[in-house]
Amino acid sequence: MDLTTTYLGLKLPHPLMAGASPLSDDLDAVRRLEDCGASAIVLRSLFEEQITRELEGTVHHMDIHAGAHAEALSYFPDPGDFRLGPQAYLEHLEKVKAAVGIPVIASLNGITPGGWLDYARLIQAVGADALELNVYYLPTDPDEDGASVEARTLEALRVVRGEVRIPVAVKLSPFFSSPIHFARQLVDAGADGLVLFNRFLQPDLDLENLEVVPRLHLSTSAELLLRVRWLALIHGRVRADLAVSGGVHTPIDALKAVMAGASAVQVVSALLQRGPEHLETLRRGMEEWLDLHEYESLRQALGSLSHARTPNPQALARANYMRILQGWLETEPMNGERS
Amino acid sequence: MTTAGQFHTLDGNEAVASVAHRLSEVIAIYPITPSSNMGEWADEWSAKGRTNIWGAVPSVVEMQSEGGAAGAVHGALQAGALTTTFTASQGLLLMIPNMYKIAGELTPFAMHVSARTLATSSLSIFGDHSDVMAVRQTGFAMLCSESVQAAQDLAAVAHAATLRSRVPFLHFFDGFRTSHEVAKIQELPDGVLKAMVPDDLVAQVRARALTPDRPVVRGTASNPDTFFQSREACTPFYDALPGIVQAEMDRLAGLTGRAYHLVDYVGHPEADRVIILMGSGGTAAEEYVEWANAQGQKLGLLKVRLYRPFPAEALLAALPKTAKAVAVLDRTKEPGAYDPLYLDVVAALRDGGREGLAVVAGRYGLSSKEFNPACLKAVYDNLALDAPKQRFTVGIVDDVSHTSLVMDPDFDIEPADVTRALFYGLGADGTVGANKNSIKIIAEETDNYGQGYFVYDSKKSGAVTISHLRFGPRPIRSSYLIRKANFVACHQPGFLEKYDMLEAAAEGATFLLNTPHAADKVWETLPVEVQAHLVAKKLRFYVIDAVAVAKATGMGGRINTIMQTCFFAISGVLPKDEAIAQIKKSIEKTYGRKGEALVKKNWEAVDATLAHLHEVKVPDAATSALHRPPTVPAEAPDFVQRVTAVMMEGKGDLLPVSAFPPDGTWPSGTTKWEKRAIALDIPVWDEALCIQCNKCAAVCPHAAIRAKVYDPAGLAGAPGTFKAVDYKGAEFKGSKYTIQVAPEDCTGCNLCVMVCPAKDKSNPRHKAIDMAPMATLRDAEKANYAFFLGLPEADREAVKLDLKGSQFLEPLFEYSGACSGCGETPYVKLLTQLFGDRLYIANATGCSSIYGGNLPTTPYTVNAEGRGPAWANSLFEDNAEFGLGMRLAVDQHGQHARELLAGLADKVGTDLADAIFRADQSSEAGIRAQRARVAALRESLARVDAPEARSLALLSDYLVQKSVWIVGGDGWAYDIGYGGLDHVLASGRNVNILVLDTEVYSNTGGQASKATPIGASAKFAMAGKVQPKKDLGMIAMANHDVYVAKVALGAKDAQTVKAFLEAESFPGPSLILAYSHCIAHGYDMALGGEQQKLAVDSGYWPLFRFDPRRIATGELPMVLDSGAPKSALAAFMRNETRFRMVEQQDPARFKALLASAEQHLKARYAAYEQTSKMTLPAPPPPEPAPASADGK
Repeated sequence: MDLTTTYLGLKLPHPLMAGASPLSDDLDAVRRLEDCGASAIVLRSLFEEQITRELEGTVHHMDIHAGAHAEALSYFPDPGDFRLGPQAYLEHLEKVKAAVGIPVIASLNGITPGGWLDYARLIQAVGADALELNVYYLPTDPDEDGASVEARTLEALRVVRGEVRIPVAVKLSPFFSSPIHFARQLVDAGADGLVLFNRFLQPDLDLENLEVVPRLHLSTSAELLLRVRWLALIHGRVRADLAVSGGVHTPIDALKAVMAGASAVQVVSALLQRGPEHLETLRRGMEEWLDLHEYESLRQALGSLSHARTPNPQALARANYMRILQGWLETEPMNGERS
Repeated sequence: MTTAGQFHTLDGNEAVASVAHRLSEVIAIYPITPSSNMGEWADEWSAKGRTNIWGAVPSVVEMQSEGGAAGAVHGALQAGALTTTFTASQGLLLMIPNMYKIAGELTPFAMHVSARTLATSSLSIFGDHSDVMAVRQTGFAMLCSESVQAAQDLAAVAHAATLRSRVPFLHFFDGFRTSHEVAKIQELPDGVLKAMVPDDLVAQVRARALTPDRPVVRGTASNPDTFFQSREACTPFYDALPGIVQAEMDRLAGLTGRAYHLVDYVGHPEADRVIILMGSGGTAAEEYVEWANAQGQKLGLLKVRLYRPFPAEALLAALPKTAKAVAVLDRTKEPGAYDPLYLDVVAALRDGGREGLAVVAGRYGLSSKEFNPACLKAVYDNLALDAPKQRFTVGIVDDVSHTSLVMDPDFDIEPADVTRALFYGLGADGTVGANKNSIKIIAEETDNYGQGYFVYDSKKSGAVTISHLRFGPRPIRSSYLIRKANFVACHQPGFLEKYDMLEAAAEGATFLLNTPHAADKVWETLPVEVQAHLVAKKLRFYVIDAVAVAKATGMGGRINTIMQTCFFAISGVLPKDEAIAQIKKSIEKTYGRKGEALVKKNWEAVDATLAHLHEVKVPDAATSALHRPPTVPAEAPDFVQRVTAVMMEGKGDLLPVSAFPPDGTWPSGTTKWEKRAIALDIPVWDEALCIQCNKCAAVCPHAAIRAKVYDPAGLAGAPGTFKAVDYKGAEFKGSKYTIQVAPEDCTGCNLCVMVCPAKDKSNPRHKAIDMAPMATLRDAEKANYAFFLGLPEADREAVKLDLKGSQFLEPLFEYSGACSGCGETPYVKLLTQLFGDRLYIANATGCSSIYGGNLPTTPYTVNAEGRGPAWANSLFEDNAEFGLGMRLAVDQHGQHARELLAGLADKVGTDLADAIFRADQSSEAGIRAQRARVAALRESLARVDAPEARSLALLSDYLVQKSVWIVGGDGWAYDIGYGGLDHVLASGRNVNILVLDTEVYSNTGGQASKATPIGASAKFAMAGKVQPKKDLGMIAMANHDVYVAKVALGAKDAQTVKAFLEAESFPGPSLILAYSHCIAHGYDMALGGEQQKLAVDSGYWPLFRFDPRRIATGELPMVLDSGAPKSALAAFMRNETRFRMVEQQDPARFKALLASAEQHLKARYAAYEQTSKMTLPAPPPPEPAPASADGK
């Protein structure tokens, strides 16, 4: 079965790749991903905060007490060259590139246009095949309107675009008010691809201590449907490759994403739970399903259930929502048994 | 041929270390102020792969003490390595035994000493020659440098001359004045060093190396038949030495153009009056002599460079024949004798037939006391008298022995073309760093010479730094503080209230003030004294709200770059645009390799500065109703008014000899008069929300938030804002309860807020303790605190001795100068709360001795009965023995008192005597009862007419139990004092040892100790320590009769209190290892408690108590008070810069070290767990108690 696909100009044997996660943090794991058949690897994000605050934090804590007391002009040795977040990231990227033959997509995570975006150029220089710009942002300022958030995101993209020649994908959150319009603006601003969607790590509440605590929940297939809908709505309406991120656990999940319009399928939670070998399970499962259903190639299925092509496009729009709600109400008394 | 080196600005320590590192193969050191930086430079260079002139990276090893360093040096020398070390003061004393050996064996070796005061009646970290004079008979050649340039140059001469002469060299220069002065000097390039130390000299060292390939023995023992002769065999080497040194000086002159002589003469060729001295005073003297001779005087100066062997011939040759009177100035004191340089000079003059000269001895500059033109004028004026004062002192007022010369305090000769700038900064605002940077900019980017000298506070929190910067067209020789500045900057507006900083402003000078007030509003905010200076001296006055600029440009609290920009903008020392370009260039140099974002942010701050810098029009008259408040309130005791307050104002130099106790005995309880008011925000108590746990008081490092439980009647007359609630506990039913902050003593560290468990249910951000700006609270809380202190203390007998109860006990350690958020002081405070009225503290030198006893004030205080901790510091290395000595004395007195009482029992009443003998003093009640009995005994004794009764009266207090605690840091306990600690642990004596474990040498600036853990970066372990932390607890437990506990107050406070009580009650030696977070760990100290929890939860710092008493009862002696590791070690480590910087240098190495640390912790926990299940055979039942002294 021909599972080949093209994502960000990269010709890939199949769409299944390791998404941005700790999976790519060490070289052995990266090699294992390649051995298990990942078509590409997205490295964990280099965060804006890593570039700015971590550096400032270290310098701050080293300097803050220096020159204050006669006996201790400083409290730390001065290594001179720090390989703070960015340098360490670049070195890691370089090593990953040297270690594997598959494409390596680097990831920059931030929102404010600023010095940190210069790292896009360095990422390119070290040899990344593409760059994923992750606009992870919580708009907490009541004075900031949605248009400003979009404008800043577009500005960050333009800066990055101005720095690099390699393909750039933008990883979006699902919380833009008019995602298709915004997607088009991103593509006009130079995005070669869009990744749907970022999974915000939602903090939890600790009721005993009256505190907000960080919590990591791995995704489930249930999260896929939001992505599938928006993939389907965007596919064909922008000149950019789409990728899914979040909720792909089974071969059927992967196929749904592809049929909704994803050229690339990023997997994280399933690999964290089942190991990199699960990539092969997914690939084989997709192949079998396509064989069974007499597809000639994956390309044939790409976007086949997108808004532009699905026989019932209204199902992707509001009517769908109504039907599910009503259906759920109807079936509830039957103890969840659904036909 | 001269080989011009490049000009650089650096301090004396770096200049010397650079030469020593390039000319050495092995460097063994131990940190000690002010020489620590030399070792640190050497370590840093070696860690970065910098090589010596032979292309090898020198091995740098940190030893456990200077004694250890000297031993390692001796061994390396024997085995044929070119070796060096750096030390000072007590460190040098610890090297003396090896110095005799090294010299006796004619071993080429050069060491470098930043000369520092020896501790006598008091320790001092500052400079004089008392340390080097203490080694003048070891056989080492001694070479003295007067300036940063000379220190670098003569360092090379020392290394070369020792190889040629085989006599080891001690090269010294003045601590701080030269070691820490930043100056522009011409560096010695490698080529010069290679020419000075040719390979054939190195080959001779190799040839003499101890090796089994050509075996010999050294270090034999001799007998009376031969020792004397063999000792004399070395004489020719010393005879030849002056010639060799001069030849090396000449070689250096040929290579660099800078000429030095064994004794250098400066001044009029026909001088009538001559001063002879050594060290940095020489440059000030040279400056004065040239000035005075230009006025028509005939003065001369002899600068002695080679001190041992004493160059008598050179001295005689250099001294003008016209000289009529000579003053020999010593920077040391040999009580009851002539000082040493004087004796050498007098002997040389006598041998040289110059007996006719009037020669007087003078002493100056002890502990970096100022030696300036006013001093020099006084000395030369004295020599002009018909009968010059003999054995004088200069620079002080000696109104006791009347030795001092009278000085004109306003006398000044500084040339007009030298820019002199003074900067008053806060320790944490980066002022010193920025000023060092300004000197670099001016001195390295222009033809100007520059000099920077920095005066630091004795406090570690809220500390003031005063930077003295000079710039001028000639090398700057003014080796003294600026007294007339043409630029004064005040970086913290609060200092205007405390320091008379404009006293040092010259007429027409510029004053720059960082203030939140606008240019048109600031005048009325100034104290009238400041206004008066501005008006009278016609000062130009500029203001900037640097804090606002810093905030707006994301610089946080660092205003240094902003204030530096202002300095350049208005001082005119460089054209403004050029200056700003240079500042930006230097920012790029500093941060460029660390990240462009940081560079850009600093640049933005520079750009934003000028728009906020405004000139203030100074009115014609000082009109303010504000006055600088008195330093201490009127109710302060007389001594505090007369002496302490003057020191607090920074005017201690003005105090005469009579003001001081001659033996270093100072009153305790004086920090209470030093209301520093350094916190921006202070805690506010919500009495309704409070659950009365007292944790806030327990964690407070400065005893600035306190809890009291008291009778409601006490509230009569309380200020209107004083808060009180009903007490919730059963033990003081019906009482009132108050948590009160001391607003002017709080440092604003936030630890109390962080530990507070009581959250508002509908707004959990609000706790029972919140921080709020001090400005609006200060006056009311000041009154509240005064009222609070007047409330009666809780009845010690009624207090339940748990964490909560402990905080109702009065702290007898308060408001120390420790860092804001210090992790050590809460333990010390707890100690004084539990046992303070009967407590001896033997305190090892280190942070705890500095915040415990650094003048002007002392934090140890007394209770209403006048009882309190008796505190003393001996040395760094001997503290366990020092404390044991206290125990021996106390026991001896107690035993003698019991014997006397037994003999007098019939006379004082057998019932009373019996009760005293049989008293149970294991509780507060027991101790109070015994005190009452002893009081009764003294009354009875007064009626007994017998010498034994008088003796017993004197010793009777020792019939009441005393508690001896030996307190110090990990540098003492794990390293330098370990041998003594080990011995004391094995002594069986009733002493308690409290180790405040910060896992690094905190006081001297973060050098690794054996307490430093795997994976932490510290000086001498920059890339992250590989060896695990020494397990002192396990080592102590191996004694089986030692109580051992490992505690972390922030993690499990109840266990800490329990351990202190158990240690105190254990009748033998006890050891408590107390985890102490520290600024040297590199994170916000407000999170200290949180980090302690993580340390315990991750297994990094397991808690336990090992009580040998449980062996006898068949119980398990060791109790593990923390469970198996349950959180990730990496999470704990990554919160702290000391670990994180290892990852940031080399992630792979960090990963490996983390794995190794995890493995080590697992192994250690397993060992603890097994030990906690270990039973030991119970000892045989004790022998019947020996007959008591009364024979019953």
